[in-house]
Amino acid sequence: MASGSATEYVVHHLEHLAVGDGFWTFHIDTLVVSWVLGLVFFGVFYSVARKASTDAPSGLQTFIETCVEFIDNQVTESFHGPKDFVAPLALTIFVWVLLWNLMDLIPVDLFPEIMKLFGVEYVRILPSADMNATFGMSFTVLILIIIYSVKGKGAKGFGKELFCHPFGSHPLLWPANLMLNIVELIAKPVSLGMRLFGNLYAAEIIFILIALLPVWAQWMPGVAWAVFHILVIPLQAFIFMVLTIVYLSLAYEEH
Amino acid sequence: MGINATLFGQMITFLVFILLTMKFVWPPIKQAMSEREKRIADGLASAERSQHELELAKERAAEHIREAKAQAADIIEKANRQGANIVDEARQEARVVADREKASAEARIQQEVTQARAELRRDVSELAILGASRILEREVDARVHQQMLDELADQV
Repeated sequence: MASGSATEYVVHHLEHLAVGDGFWTFHIDTLVVSWVLGLVFFGVFYSVARKASTDAPSGLQTFIETCVEFIDNQVTESFHGPKDFVAPLALTIFVWVLLWNLMDLIPVDLFPEIMKLFGVEYVRILPSADMNATFGMSFTVLILIIIYSVKGKGAKGFGKELFCHPFGSHPLLWPANLMLNIVELIAKPVSLGMRLFGNLYAAEIIFILIALLPVWAQWMPGVAWAVFHILVIPLQAFIFMVLTIVYLSLAYEEH
Repeated sequence: MGINATLFGQMITFLVFILLTMKFVWPPIKQAMSEREKRIADGLASAERSQHELELAKERAAEHIREAKAQAADIIEKANRQGANIVDEARQEARVVADREKASAEARIQQEVTQARAELRRDVSELAILGASRILEREVDARVHQQMLDELADQV
């Protein structure tokens, strides 16, 4: 392929199916794919949960229970408050992000070509390579961190921590403390969202670049990258989940 | 590229799925799992309990057998003792009977001896009278000396 069309190809693949203007743009592809994947997650888990029996579990139930047990262990290890919300949150994050990331293994040209038949020019089916998806999740986590801070330490305790930590409680130090704490608070969701986004965005670009190679040469780097990527996909989902639990536990507990 | 309103859509979606999971997925699965855990634990505990009870029952059975054996031995011993008693009693009784028999026999013998002695005495007196009358044919008047002769006979 000529270099001009190569650039065009890459740029084309990084364009979202979007409606709206400026800030009020909606990435339809990200929204729809994450909704569908969320429904897949919920549908499978709900179908098992509805019929969950205490008898010897069937194949699917065993798998789902393994997931639940795994998440439950993670949450129990790091979070020592009430788990009614945090455990389902962790499960949702893990499975949902895992499903998002799995979209990266679908050949990069498959959905764009299919959608082209319907006259849709741009489509990206990998939600984790859209900052809005990863930051949507991580900023929700930020809100939860604030909620859990207030719940765990009380509004007064949280305020005190914001103003009197880490330098000391002298009023002159309040601005410095507050600044540092705000940076710390913001850094958490930004790093969470950036990590997931960066990993999957890079992976997607590499897949797109591999797709630029001649057809006969694609399989080798394609397979290598996909195999490597199979490690990255659950790993990133796991990291996102564990860090969320840890952040919430730090927020909830007195220290 | 870049942040836009999709963010809010994603946040809402995220919250919706968290809430759905919290309401409909997590509790039933968790409950089923913990119930199963409890059932398995209960099963194991009851198995252990039965094992324990079996051991107790075995011990009790052994105890019963031991008791039964002791009782049987006791009964046999008693029976032996009773048998011996019966034999003893029988012997005693036989001895008593024999003694009585002997006594009565002795009494009879005594009686017969007395009788024989009386007869003998009578015979002797008759013989004496006879002899005396032979010797003193003329001098002895039986009628006159009858009284003396009777006294003599009594003295024999």
